[in-house]
Amino acid sequence: MNIQDSQLSAFRAEAREWLERNFPKSLAGRGDAYFDISPRYPEGEDWAAWRKAMGDKGWGTPTWPAEYGGGGLTRQEAAILRDEMEKIGAFTPMIGIAQSMFGPTLLEYGTEAQKQRHIPPVCRGEIVWCQGYSEPGAGSDLASLKTKAEDKGDHYLVNGQKIWTSGSMHAQWCFCLVRTSNDHKHEGISFLLIDMATPGVEVRPITLISGKQTFAEVFFTDVKVPKENLVGGLREGWTIAKRLMQFEREGIGARKMTVGELRPLDVVAKEYVGTDEQGRLDDPDLRARIVRHQMWERAHRLTVERVAEEAKTGPSEATSVLKNAGSIALQTRGELLMEIMGHRGIGWEGEDYTQTERDSARQMLQNKAHSIYGGTYEIQANIISKRILGMRDHQ
Amino acid sequence: MAVLNEEQQMLRDGALDWVTDRAPVSAFRRTRDAGEVFDTGLWEEIARMGWAGIVVPEDHGGSDFGVTGMGLVLEEMGKQLVASPLFISGLVAATALKEMGSEAQKAEWLPKIADGSAVLTLAVDEGTRHDTAKTAMTAEASGDGYTLSGTKVQVIEGMAADAMLVLARTSGTAGEAEGLTLFLVPADASGVSRTPLKTFDHRGFAKVAFDNVRGGKDAVLGAVGQAHAPLEKVLDVARVGIACEMLGMCQQAFDTTLAYLKTRSQFDTILAQFQALQHRMAELFMELQLARSVVEHAVREIDAGGEGAAEAAVLAKAFVGDVSNKMTRQMIQLHGGIGMTDQYDAGFYIKRSRVLETTFGNSAQACERWARMHDY
Repeated sequence: MNIQDSQLSAFRAEAREWLERNFPKSLAGRGDAYFDISPRYPEGEDWAAWRKAMGDKGWGTPTWPAEYGGGGLTRQEAAILRDEMEKIGAFTPMIGIAQSMFGPTLLEYGTEAQKQRHIPPVCRGEIVWCQGYSEPGAGSDLASLKTKAEDKGDHYLVNGQKIWTSGSMHAQWCFCLVRTSNDHKHEGISFLLIDMATPGVEVRPITLISGKQTFAEVFFTDVKVPKENLVGGLREGWTIAKRLMQFEREGIGARKMTVGELRPLDVVAKEYVGTDEQGRLDDPDLRARIVRHQMWERAHRLTVERVAEEAKTGPSEATSVLKNAGSIALQTRGELLMEIMGHRGIGWEGEDYTQTERDSARQMLQNKAHSIYGGTYEIQANIISKRILGMRDHQ
Repeated sequence: MAVLNEEQQMLRDGALDWVTDRAPVSAFRRTRDAGEVFDTGLWEEIARMGWAGIVVPEDHGGSDFGVTGMGLVLEEMGKQLVASPLFISGLVAATALKEMGSEAQKAEWLPKIADGSAVLTLAVDEGTRHDTAKTAMTAEASGDGYTLSGTKVQVIEGMAADAMLVLARTSGTAGEAEGLTLFLVPADASGVSRTPLKTFDHRGFAKVAFDNVRGGKDAVLGAVGQAHAPLEKVLDVARVGIACEMLGMCQQAFDTTLAYLKTRSQFDTILAQFQALQHRMAELFMELQLARSVVEHAVREIDAGGEGAAEAAVLAKAFVGDVSNKMTRQMIQLHGGIGMTDQYDAGFYIKRSRVLETTFGNSAQACERWARMHDY
């Protein structure tokens, strides 16, 4: 055993021992309970204790620098930690856009003061952030955004409207793309941090086709934002925004369903559709489509693993396909589940349907958002064909 | 691309260099035009480089680099459609001997496979679809051995083979997995007659008739009547080998098509600038990436030899078979008229893809097996 190996096995022992002492056994295997599209922390003593323990240790953001409250671990140590957590059904309580998108971006582009102020609360899971990107007139063409921030000497004055702002009903802070100049489309954009408690900020939830309210509109009316809240230089916002979207796509690509029917489709189908004497599903066409879907799902998951492995030696071009491949996996599953459940798969409310059936129906609808947010399916195809394959724009 | 160790990296680079230099697709075209199924000179070079012995253990003259190593070479060869007995002899027959052969059989044949001095093949198919349980060919016990009677089709490199591993029924009836036995039969045995099958990929296939062919007890590989399960494991290795070759073909079909779209101009516009084509290529690229993950997973699982190997092989055969057919179909479509001509290479790719998809069970059969594996 070389020195590195022995250090890693010492770390494994340390991690195991710490988890043993700190992870509440009542939470084993319940990691999916609190993360749908908007993160909200479940109530209860054990949940609070686990969040505090992980926050103090910094292991919810294991590879972030210890000086800002992160775990300060190497990638290898973080992998060992993940491994040890999986073994006992533990999970990180620090999931959300603050940890997956905002934090990594601020660590790259923020000033020392900004990092000191904003990173530690993220590591402790105390602050929920929301993403002020899309506007009614700026969806796929995000850079056409109009929310403006005027220089008023000691502060910026922000006016405009954001939409599809995930989780903004619960957020304390918003990282926001604003227009600081009309001279240039992309270079006129800046990246601003806005306290949601500032006068002039108004949040109106949007009801989706699933009946859920996971997104909202955010209105800014004469909102004063201190100048120290500008990240990067004036006009540097677009560069930062794109970097953050890379983190976003990596997260989205690996996302899996957390509510509704979670068992393998073949198991559910046997229950709802029935089988012949040999145990084959009674509907051969459905059966064939379930097979192809399961193979796609597996291929997608293997690609997520491959990208993680390859990332150790450099950027992997396979990263670019994860979001679209993930959309197909998720949405096909939702559609198949509805077909499998038949009359019971289209329930909305009432005791004639089980909770799982109702959730599955709503989830089928909710999942349609997966190929829209974070850059639509079509925008992802543009990115692949232009950036990876070098197919140029139509002149 | 998987993270490779130094030996694997060298093997891959060596294969890439050799294929590019010695056996590009133009070499396959020359072989086809000459009416040959493979170039014996190139096969000798392949053997000299030791690639025929990649899965053969070191004490039998091989390098024991496993299916991971063989997969890298097959993938590179797949890119340029290199025709040779490497797959059937160096991977499939070698694996069958390793897994099922006696010490004496291994000692006799593995060194010859490894140095290329003998070509071995597998004769299992009889009907229109691959299905070993449906074997009707009989092997009747007589005297101190067996008498084999029946006909095999789609025997890969059957004309070039020095010996064949032949699946025959020692008991039971066609349709039963029980009662199958694998025999090693020299190609020049009395009663063996071979005729070439002219398939549209212009590779080497044969129909082989066995007319009361005698084999001793020492011709049996493994247990009498119990060949089905161990042979399925060997065939799973073969399926993964096919997936490796198909992955190389997919990659090349994609790269060639992309390069063409960047040069061909219509309406005063380079084709690569049309969004309809950009999005189609983005989708093919996505499927190509998933196919690669599936193949790399399969070779790892096969070499690990655990429970996951069969499922990984089924996944690879079905998934990459589908992607390969789609990719080569799109290669023709996106090339337009030129893709339809024999003088252009696109036709070679779609033909080879179709042949590989049907070999040792097509995608639909692999999907059926997946469903049974998961108990539905």
